Amino acid sequence: MSEVDKEVADSPPALPISDDEVIFRAPWEAQAFSMAVALNENGLFNWDEFAHELGAVIAEDTSSASEDYYRLWLRALEQILTRKSVVSVEEISKRKTEWEQAAARTPHGRPIVLE
Amino acid sequence: MAKENDHDHEHSHLDEMDIRLRTLESLLVEKGYVNPDALDAIVETYEKKIGPRNGAAVVARAWSDDAYLDRLRKDATSAIAELGFSGRQGEHMRIVENTDEVHNLVVCTLCSCYPWPVLGLPPVWYKSAPYRSRAVSEPRAVLSEFGVNLPESTKIRVWDSTAELRYLVLPKRPKGTEGWSEERLASIVTRDSMIGTGLPVEPKDQTP
Repeated sequence: MSEVDKEVADSPPALPISDDEVIFRAPWEAQAFSMAVALNENGLFNWDEFAHELGAVIAEDTSSASEDYYRLWLRALEQILTRKSVVSVEEISKRKTEWEQAAARTPHGRPIVLE
Repeated sequence: MAKENDHDHEHSHLDEMDIRLRTLESLLVEKGYVNPDALDAIVETYEKKIGPRNGAAVVARAWSDDAYLDRLRKDATSAIAELGFSGRQGEHMRIVENTDEVHNLVVCTLCSCYPWPVLGLPPVWYKSAPYRSRAVSEPRAVLSEFGVNLPESTKIRVWDSTAELRYLVLPKRPKGTEGWSEERLASIVTRDSMIGTGLPVEPKDQTP
Protein backbone atom coordinates (compact mmCIF):
# COMPACT_ATOMS: atom_id res chain seq x y z
CA MET A 1 0.00 0.00 0.00
CA SER A 2 1.49 3.34 -0.98
CA GLU A 3 1.71 6.17 1.50
CA VAL A 4 -1.11 8.00 -0.26
CA ASP A 5 -3.43 4.98 -0.20
CA LYS A 6 -2.69 4.47 3.43
CA GLU A 7 -3.58 8.02 4.19
CA VAL A 8 -6.94 7.63 2.46
CA ALA A 9 -7.67 4.35 4.22
CA ASP A 10 -6.81 5.84 7.61
CA SER A 11 -8.62 9.09 7.14
CA PRO A 12 -11.40 9.62 9.64
CA PRO A 13 -15.03 9.86 8.54
CA ALA A 14 -15.67 13.29 7.06
CA LEU A 15 -17.84 15.83 8.80
CA PRO A 16 -20.95 16.66 6.78
CA ILE A 17 -20.23 20.38 6.87
CA SER A 18 -22.39 22.35 4.48
CA ASP A 19 -23.82 25.81 4.11
CA ASP A 20 -27.22 24.27 3.68
CA GLU A 21 -29.14 25.54 6.68
CA VAL A 22 -32.26 23.43 6.22
CA ILE A 23 -33.57 22.45 9.63
CA PHE A 24 -36.18 19.94 8.47
CA ARG A 25 -35.93 18.16 5.14
CA ALA A 26 -39.53 17.02 5.06
CA PRO A 27 -42.77 17.91 6.86
CA TRP A 28 -42.76 14.61 8.75
CA GLU A 29 -39.39 15.53 10.33
CA ALA A 30 -40.81 18.80 11.64
CA GLN A 31 -43.87 17.00 12.97
CA ALA A 32 -41.80 14.31 14.66
CA PHE A 33 -39.77 17.05 16.34
CA SER A 34 -42.77 19.04 17.48
CA MET A 35 -44.62 15.97 18.81
CA ALA A 36 -41.73 15.19 21.16
CA VAL A 37 -41.61 18.80 22.34
CA ALA A 38 -45.38 18.94 22.86
CA LEU A 39 -45.56 15.63 24.73
CA ASN A 40 -42.70 16.73 26.98
CA GLU A 41 -44.50 19.99 27.70
CA ASN A 42 -47.66 18.04 28.49
CA GLY A 43 -45.65 16.12 31.07
CA LEU A 44 -45.71 12.72 29.38
CA PHE A 45 -41.95 12.37 29.80
CA ASN A 46 -38.99 14.41 31.02
CA TRP A 47 -36.61 15.68 28.42
CA ASP A 48 -33.71 13.65 29.82
CA GLU A 49 -35.81 10.48 29.44
CA PHE A 50 -36.30 11.31 25.78
CA ALA A 51 -32.63 12.21 25.28
CA HIS A 52 -31.56 8.90 26.78
CA GLU A 53 -34.02 6.99 24.59
CA LEU A 54 -32.73 8.84 21.54
CA GLY A 55 -29.13 8.24 22.56
CA ALA A 56 -29.80 4.51 22.91
CA VAL A 57 -31.54 4.35 19.51
CA ILE A 58 -28.65 6.24 17.88
CA ALA A 59 -26.10 3.96 19.55
CA GLU A 60 -27.91 0.84 18.27
CA ASP A 61 -28.28 2.14 14.75
CA THR A 62 -25.66 0.87 12.37
CA SER A 63 -26.35 3.13 9.41
CA SER A 64 -25.18 6.23 11.32
CA ALA A 65 -26.06 8.44 8.37
CA SER A 66 -26.80 11.90 9.65
CA GLU A 67 -29.80 12.25 7.33
CA ASP A 68 -31.38 9.47 9.35
CA TYR A 69 -31.53 11.62 12.46
CA TYR A 70 -35.27 12.25 12.56
CA ARG A 71 -35.99 8.64 11.56
CA LEU A 72 -34.21 7.65 14.77
CA TRP A 73 -35.94 10.47 16.63
CA LEU A 74 -39.34 9.06 15.60
CA ARG A 75 -38.29 5.56 16.58
CA ALA A 76 -37.24 6.84 20.03
CA LEU A 77 -40.63 8.51 20.34
CA GLU A 78 -42.48 5.32 19.34
CA GLN A 79 -40.47 3.33 21.88
CA ILE A 80 -40.98 5.69 24.79
CA LEU A 81 -44.73 5.91 24.08
CA THR A 82 -45.26 2.17 23.79
CA ARG A 83 -43.22 1.56 26.95
CA LYS A 84 -45.38 4.04 28.82
CA SER A 85 -48.50 2.38 27.36
CA VAL A 86 -49.64 5.65 25.79
CA VAL A 87 -50.09 3.70 22.56
CA SER A 88 -49.75 -0.03 22.01
CA VAL A 89 -47.77 -1.86 19.37
CA GLU A 90 -51.06 -3.36 18.11
CA GLU A 91 -52.67 0.07 17.75
CA ILE A 92 -49.67 1.29 15.80
CA SER A 93 -49.68 -1.65 13.44
CA LYS A 94 -53.45 -1.44 12.82
CA ARG A 95 -53.32 2.31 12.21
CA LYS A 96 -50.38 1.93 9.82
CA THR A 97 -52.43 -0.40 7.66
CA GLU A 98 -55.32 2.07 7.71
CA TRP A 99 -53.06 4.85 6.43
CA GLU A 100 -51.68 2.61 3.71
CA GLN A 101 -55.21 1.78 2.60
CA ALA A 102 -56.21 5.44 2.77
CA ALA A 103 -53.29 6.39 0.52
CA ALA A 104 -54.12 3.63 -1.93
CA ARG A 105 -57.74 4.72 -2.40
CA THR A 106 -57.05 8.49 -2.58
CA PRO A 107 -56.74 9.94 -6.09
CA HIS A 108 -53.41 11.65 -6.64
CA GLY A 109 -53.36 15.27 -5.48
CA ARG A 110 -56.19 14.92 -2.97
CA PRO A 111 -55.56 15.06 0.77
CA ILE A 112 -55.19 11.63 2.26
CA VAL A 113 -57.58 11.08 5.16
CA LEU A 114 -58.64 8.14 7.28
CA GLU A 115 -62.23 6.95 6.96
CA MET B 1 -50.89 -0.88 -23.88
CA ALA B 2 -51.81 -2.34 -20.53
CA LYS B 3 -53.69 0.61 -19.17
CA GLU B 4 -54.68 -1.22 -15.97
CA ASN B 5 -51.05 -1.51 -14.98
CA ASP B 6 -50.83 2.27 -14.76
CA HIS B 7 -53.67 2.28 -12.30
CA ASP B 8 -51.43 2.68 -9.24
CA HIS B 9 -49.89 5.86 -10.55
CA GLU B 10 -53.22 7.62 -10.34
CA HIS B 11 -53.38 7.00 -6.62
CA SER B 12 -51.48 8.50 -3.78
CA HIS B 13 -48.44 7.06 -2.20
CA LEU B 14 -47.03 7.79 1.23
CA ASP B 15 -43.48 6.87 2.02
CA GLU B 16 -42.71 4.76 5.03
CA MET B 17 -41.69 7.64 7.28
CA ASP B 18 -44.74 9.64 6.36
CA ILE B 19 -46.96 6.68 7.28
CA ARG B 20 -45.18 6.13 10.58
CA LEU B 21 -45.53 9.81 11.44
CA ARG B 22 -49.22 9.95 10.51
CA THR B 23 -49.83 6.75 12.46
CA LEU B 24 -48.38 8.08 15.70
CA GLU B 25 -49.77 11.58 15.31
CA SER B 26 -53.33 10.45 14.54
CA LEU B 27 -53.34 8.12 17.55
CA LEU B 28 -52.02 10.83 19.87
CA VAL B 29 -54.51 13.40 18.59
CA GLU B 30 -57.36 10.92 19.01
CA LYS B 31 -56.32 10.18 22.59
CA GLY B 32 -56.04 13.88 23.32
CA TYR B 33 -52.28 13.99 24.00
CA VAL B 34 -51.45 16.48 21.27
CA ASN B 35 -53.27 19.20 19.40
CA PRO B 36 -52.36 19.61 15.72
CA ASP B 37 -52.42 23.43 15.96
CA ALA B 38 -49.99 23.34 18.87
CA LEU B 39 -47.65 21.14 16.81
CA ASP B 40 -47.70 23.64 13.94
CA ALA B 41 -46.98 26.48 16.38
CA ILE B 42 -43.92 24.66 17.74
CA VAL B 43 -42.53 24.11 14.24
CA GLU B 44 -43.14 27.74 13.34
CA THR B 45 -41.34 28.91 16.48
CA TYR B 46 -38.26 26.81 15.84
CA GLU B 47 -38.13 27.53 12.12
CA LYS B 48 -38.63 31.27 12.33
CA LYS B 49 -38.30 32.73 15.79
CA ILE B 50 -35.53 30.92 17.61
CA GLY B 51 -32.04 30.89 16.20
CA PRO B 52 -28.42 31.90 16.69
CA ARG B 53 -29.38 35.60 16.74
CA ASN B 54 -30.54 34.96 20.32
CA GLY B 55 -27.13 33.65 21.33
CA ALA B 56 -25.39 36.49 19.50
CA ALA B 57 -27.38 38.98 21.59
CA VAL B 58 -26.20 37.23 24.77
CA VAL B 59 -22.57 37.31 23.62
CA ALA B 60 -22.77 40.97 22.56
CA ARG B 61 -24.26 41.91 25.94
CA ALA B 62 -21.53 39.97 27.76
CA TRP B 63 -18.85 41.76 25.73
CA SER B 64 -20.39 45.15 26.52
CA ASP B 65 -21.53 44.89 30.11
CA ASP B 66 -19.25 43.53 32.84
CA ALA B 67 -22.06 43.20 35.36
CA TYR B 68 -24.00 41.08 32.86
CA LEU B 69 -20.92 38.95 32.17
CA ASP B 70 -20.62 38.39 35.88
CA ARG B 71 -24.22 37.21 36.12
CA LEU B 72 -23.72 35.02 33.08
CA ARG B 73 -20.72 33.35 34.73
CA LYS B 74 -22.59 32.76 37.98
CA ASP B 75 -25.95 31.63 36.62
CA ALA B 76 -26.13 31.50 32.84
CA THR B 77 -29.69 30.15 32.80
CA SER B 78 -31.04 33.24 34.60
CA ALA B 79 -28.80 35.73 32.80
CA ILE B 80 -29.94 34.36 29.43
CA ALA B 81 -33.57 34.44 30.57
CA GLU B 82 -33.09 38.18 31.32
CA LEU B 83 -32.93 38.68 27.55
CA GLY B 84 -36.13 36.68 27.12
CA PHE B 85 -34.63 33.35 26.07
CA SER B 86 -35.52 30.35 28.15
CA GLY B 87 -35.56 26.64 27.63
CA ARG B 88 -38.71 24.63 27.22
CA GLN B 89 -37.05 21.42 28.33
CA GLY B 90 -35.94 22.64 31.74
CA GLU B 91 -32.28 22.50 30.79
CA HIS B 92 -29.58 24.50 32.52
CA MET B 93 -27.16 26.64 30.61
CA ARG B 94 -23.50 27.18 31.24
CA ILE B 95 -21.14 29.63 29.59
CA VAL B 96 -17.63 28.52 28.63
CA GLU B 97 -15.25 31.37 27.86
CA ASN B 98 -12.57 31.36 25.21
CA THR B 99 -9.32 33.02 26.22
CA ASP B 100 -5.84 33.32 24.71
CA GLU B 101 -4.97 30.05 26.44
CA VAL B 102 -8.14 28.00 26.06
CA HIS B 103 -10.54 27.33 23.20
CA ASN B 104 -13.83 25.60 24.02
CA LEU B 105 -15.69 23.17 21.79
CA VAL B 106 -19.18 21.81 22.44
CA VAL B 107 -20.50 18.42 21.41
CA CYS B 108 -23.15 15.94 22.50
CA THR B 109 -21.65 12.49 22.24
CA LEU B 110 -24.90 10.75 23.25
CA CYS B 111 -27.37 12.26 20.82
CA SER B 112 -27.57 15.93 19.96
CA CYS B 113 -28.32 17.98 23.05
CA TYR B 114 -27.95 21.57 21.98
CA PRO B 115 -28.81 24.95 23.53
CA TRP B 116 -32.04 25.45 21.56
CA PRO B 117 -33.15 28.69 23.25
CA VAL B 118 -30.00 30.53 22.17
CA LEU B 119 -28.97 28.71 18.99
CA GLY B 120 -32.16 27.21 17.56
CA LEU B 121 -31.97 23.67 16.24
CA PRO B 122 -28.60 22.07 15.52
CA PRO B 123 -27.03 21.93 12.06
CA VAL B 124 -26.70 18.58 10.30
CA TRP B 125 -23.01 18.12 11.12
CA TYR B 126 -23.62 18.58 14.87
CA LYS B 127 -25.94 15.55 14.82
CA SER B 128 -23.60 13.42 12.72
CA ALA B 129 -21.71 10.42 14.06
CA PRO B 130 -18.29 11.69 12.86
CA TYR B 131 -18.67 14.96 14.74
CA ARG B 132 -19.98 13.29 17.88
CA SER B 133 -16.97 10.97 18.05
CA ARG B 134 -14.17 13.01 16.50
CA ALA B 135 -14.82 16.20 18.47
CA VAL B 136 -13.66 14.20 21.47
CA SER B 137 -10.94 12.03 19.91
CA GLU B 138 -9.28 14.65 17.71
CA PRO B 139 -10.72 18.11 18.33
CA ARG B 140 -7.81 19.90 16.68
CA ALA B 141 -8.34 18.05 13.39
CA VAL B 142 -12.08 18.75 13.56
CA LEU B 143 -11.41 22.44 14.11
CA SER B 144 -9.07 22.60 11.16
CA GLU B 145 -11.78 21.04 8.96
CA PHE B 146 -13.92 23.98 9.98
CA GLY B 147 -11.09 26.29 9.01
CA VAL B 148 -10.11 27.09 12.58
CA ASN B 149 -6.38 26.70 13.09
CA LEU B 150 -5.28 27.53 16.59
CA PRO B 151 -1.72 27.93 17.83
CA GLU B 152 -0.32 24.69 19.28
CA SER B 153 -0.09 26.46 22.63
CA THR B 154 -3.87 26.98 22.80
CA LYS B 155 -5.53 24.27 24.84
CA ILE B 156 -8.79 22.84 23.51
CA ARG B 157 -11.42 21.93 26.02
CA VAL B 158 -14.32 19.76 24.86
CA TRP B 159 -17.65 19.94 26.65
CA ASP B 160 -20.14 17.08 26.35
CA SER B 161 -23.70 18.41 26.58
CA THR B 162 -26.48 16.51 28.27
CA ALA B 163 -30.23 16.85 28.38
CA GLU B 164 -29.85 18.72 31.69
CA LEU B 165 -26.81 20.90 31.01
CA ARG B 166 -26.00 22.66 27.77
CA TYR B 167 -23.06 24.87 26.93
CA LEU B 168 -22.69 28.13 25.06
CA VAL B 169 -19.22 29.22 24.03
CA LEU B 170 -18.42 32.85 24.74
CA PRO B 171 -15.96 33.70 21.98
CA LYS B 172 -13.15 36.21 22.44
CA ARG B 173 -14.12 39.70 21.41
CA PRO B 174 -12.15 40.55 18.27
CA LYS B 175 -9.74 43.46 18.36
CA GLY B 176 -10.88 46.53 16.50
CA THR B 177 -14.43 46.42 17.87
CA GLU B 178 -13.92 48.99 20.63
CA GLY B 179 -16.86 51.31 21.04
CA TRP B 180 -19.22 49.18 18.91
CA SER B 181 -22.90 49.01 19.79
CA GLU B 182 -24.32 45.68 21.00
CA GLU B 183 -26.23 45.39 17.77
CA ARG B 184 -23.09 45.76 15.69
CA LEU B 185 -21.19 43.35 17.93
CA ALA B 186 -23.96 40.76 17.59
CA SER B 187 -23.60 40.92 13.82
CA ILE B 188 -20.12 39.37 13.94
CA VAL B 189 -21.06 36.54 16.31
CA THR B 190 -21.64 33.46 14.20
CA ARG B 191 -23.49 30.33 15.24
CA ASP B 192 -20.33 28.24 14.90
CA SER B 193 -18.39 30.66 17.11
CA MET B 194 -20.86 29.84 19.90
CA ILE B 195 -20.40 26.07 19.40
CA GLY B 196 -16.64 26.45 19.18
CA THR B 197 -16.24 25.27 15.60
CA GLY B 198 -15.79 28.84 14.42
CA LEU B 199 -14.58 32.26 15.46
CA PRO B 200 -16.39 35.60 15.27
CA VAL B 201 -16.10 37.43 11.95
CA GLU B 202 -13.05 39.69 11.99
CA PRO B 203 -14.13 43.34 11.72
CA LYS B 204 -12.00 43.79 8.60
CA ASP B 205 -13.79 40.87 6.90
CA GLN B 206 -17.25 42.07 7.75
CA THR B 207 -19.39 42.89 4.79
CA PRO B 208 -20.92 46.31 5.40
